[in-house]
Amino acid sequence: METLSLLADGFSVALTAQNLFLAVLGCFLGTLMGALPGLGPANGVAILIPIAFSLGLGPTPSLILLTSVYYGAMYGGRISSILLNIPGDEPAMMTCLDGHPMALNGHAGEALSLSGVASFVGAFVATCGLVVLAPQLVKIALLFGPAEYFVLFTVAFATLGGISSTNQAKSAFAAALGLGVAMIGSDSQTGSQRFTFDHIHLYDGIDFLIAIVGLFAVSEVFIFLERHRGQSPNATNATKIGRILPDFGMIKRCLPSMARGTGLGFFAGVLPGAGASLGSFLAYSLEKQTVDHDGKTFGKGDPRGVAAPEAGNNAASGGALVPMLALGVPGSGTTAVLLAVLLQLNITPGPLLFQKNPDVVWGLIAALFIANFILLAMNIPLVGLFTRVLMVPTRILMPVVAMISFVGIYSITGSTFDVMMMVGFGFAGWVLRKLDVPLVPIILGILLGNQMEVNLRRAMTISDGDWSVLVGSPLAIILWLVAITGFVLPMFMGKRMKAKMEKSRTEGVSEGG
Amino acid sequence: MIKKTLKLGAVAAIIATGAFSTVQAEGFKAENPHCIAPSNPGGGWDFICRTTAKYLFDLGVIEDSMQVTNMSGGGGGVAFAHVTKERNEDNNLIVAASMSTSARIAQGIYEGAVQDDVHFLATFGAEYGAIAVSKDSKYETLTQMMDDILADPKSVGIAGGSSVGSFDHIKPMLVAQKAGLEDVTQLKYVSFSGGGEAMTGLLSGSVEALSGDFSEMLGFLESGDIRIIGILAPERLKNFPDIPTAKEQGYDVVGANWRGLYMPAGASDEAKEFWKGAIMTMVEDPGFQETLEAAAIAPFNNFGDDMYQFVAGSIADVKKLSKEIGIIE
Repeated sequence: METLSLLADGFSVALTAQNLFLAVLGCFLGTLMGALPGLGPANGVAILIPIAFSLGLGPTPSLILLTSVYYGAMYGGRISSILLNIPGDEPAMMTCLDGHPMALNGHAGEALSLSGVASFVGAFVATCGLVVLAPQLVKIALLFGPAEYFVLFTVAFATLGGISSTNQAKSAFAAALGLGVAMIGSDSQTGSQRFTFDHIHLYDGIDFLIAIVGLFAVSEVFIFLERHRGQSPNATNATKIGRILPDFGMIKRCLPSMARGTGLGFFAGVLPGAGASLGSFLAYSLEKQTVDHDGKTFGKGDPRGVAAPEAGNNAASGGALVPMLALGVPGSGTTAVLLAVLLQLNITPGPLLFQKNPDVVWGLIAALFIANFILLAMNIPLVGLFTRVLMVPTRILMPVVAMISFVGIYSITGSTFDVMMMVGFGFAGWVLRKLDVPLVPIILGILLGNQMEVNLRRAMTISDGDWSVLVGSPLAIILWLVAITGFVLPMFMGKRMKAKMEKSRTEGVSEGG
Repeated sequence: MIKKTLKLGAVAAIIATGAFSTVQAEGFKAENPHCIAPSNPGGGWDFICRTTAKYLFDLGVIEDSMQVTNMSGGGGGVAFAHVTKERNEDNNLIVAASMSTSARIAQGIYEGAVQDDVHFLATFGAEYGAIAVSKDSKYETLTQMMDDILADPKSVGIAGGSSVGSFDHIKPMLVAQKAGLEDVTQLKYVSFSGGGEAMTGLLSGSVEALSGDFSEMLGFLESGDIRIIGILAPERLKNFPDIPTAKEQGYDVVGANWRGLYMPAGASDEAKEFWKGAIMTMVEDPGFQETLEAAAIAPFNNFGDDMYQFVAGSIADVKKLSKEIGIIE
């Protein structure tokens, strides 16, 4: 009851005309930034900090503006995933897998509104979770030591085989490639250089945003250039837009997927070492294993493959606020920026924040609820507008994609070296696509590789090199069981799957011919 | 060693809070000023830039708002190389710096860098290192912990927020050295990425102790989740008289992390004077001092020649230490 009255106070703070205006503004800018490849939530919030301060906003209005941008960007990331097959930010990567095929099949509008609804559900439930459980959830986060984190990342890689590719070996190859790229840079444990060739720009490793934009966006441009050659540019795009709103049946069918995605995503968000990308990945791959054992529909435009990861990544963004507020530990780049904002406003997140600054915390939480509703209200009508992107002829769209990629990457570090590297990744992505190697495991390797290695080494340092530490707690053992199940299950299914696969492939050929 | 420089700093701090008058250089005006934070958004360097940007603008020292750029990489090395190679004559650029900057110059982590490559502008704050244990720990004093470490260096895991050889690692090594441990590299140091993660390492029971800056521990100290068994300050802190120093437990170690700024060495003298005056104006502002206090950073002011001597001393100290401990040759 006390919680509710505190929340009501929060709403009274957040529901002033100025704050509502800021929330709408933040949601709009956030959606825009999320949709642009390269400009993710972290950059978006960082860019807006000086604006918030130069407008002379107080702590609560500043936070409302910036958290609206944060949630908005998490919503917006899906738009370019679905329409262009280019993730707007890293957690939106999984939405490409089924979202883009849906758009190609003429269901772009439905994919967008469905993912909007899924985002809403994920974020809404996560915010409720934040209200009710924040202090208790911190205890879960503290159950995870280095060994448990290592096993958690192992779960992600073990379930990798289930996603994206028809060819497991190619998935494994792609993941290994990503892990290899992750090894570049200063070793965070000892500070010594690995594969940097004394090149100072490589000291901090390769930013996964560069890899994402290169592999997805730039390679798309290369593929366009290649196909475009020698043909007359087709003036109209063949893709149909289809209906804007999904029918109620589809949403109903996707509700269980959203629920599972939300749960997993929230859990991943609460763990400071995991984050939204892991959340959306686990949501997708486990959803696939739950409802699509045969690999029949996922990856070909299954709405559930859109709903689960979108609910997952938005739930994770809410979950990530738990360790940020209650421990002062940011679980992601964006929460790190929000943490910096709080510190600048003379608010120190930590175990006492909820007692010391209840107005800020509850104002923030109320702002999250409001932002969530605004985003839903804003996104659904805008679907029609977004889908027009598909009407833009490719010969105009692709140069724009290239431009946004270059500007986005240059804006992160202001270094031309990174831009060159992005082009390099673009070329690599083009070659890999030709070889039918899936790109998602590469990004996953880059994203999680360092964390996985570092946690293994921490665990080994702590145990003095005793490997049994990896099965040293009940939690670790449970996670191992999940990993083994996730790895072995598809193998048993393998034979059945292969037969189905052949069948669908021949069908595909006959349709194509 | 560090103690000496701190005394110097304490004197400077007294002067700064008392008697500095606002020095504004004639004939130079900042245009489109820029602050580079050599880290990702959210870190200590980012805090320096954003706080400076805010106060300089609010106080009217600069007319245009200051743009903050995050240029992470190489523990600040990317930004350092960028400033020396590409923007050596930029009059409108300042860069966030701290103990890590001078420590890395000393340990040769910034390829071929020396102090004179840039112009160290000022320090405006410092905070002491501390060693903490969780509330249920069996260690009540630093002495008990050191006794265990002397018996078996591997029995106590100490978490820190940065890599092996960093200042967070050096601090407990110095204490262990004073305690009589011969090979201090035997110490079990577990490196986490950032002070916050190191804190979760301690709270989750993965390690026995935490070495970090006092400000990072403040919230957890007040909530009762941790206990600080030794602060590496010359004497007990005014606001926290219950926290024992390492010194009074027989380990004469003082570890302070300073916060400040540098700018390109090739900037004009007028520009250097201007920015020195600007930072001086900033540290005189009560609002700025409140911000520092909230972040548990003590005033610690060095400008001009004092600053040069201070950084030179700091680099020499870390070099000597790192050699003694065996991190560099």
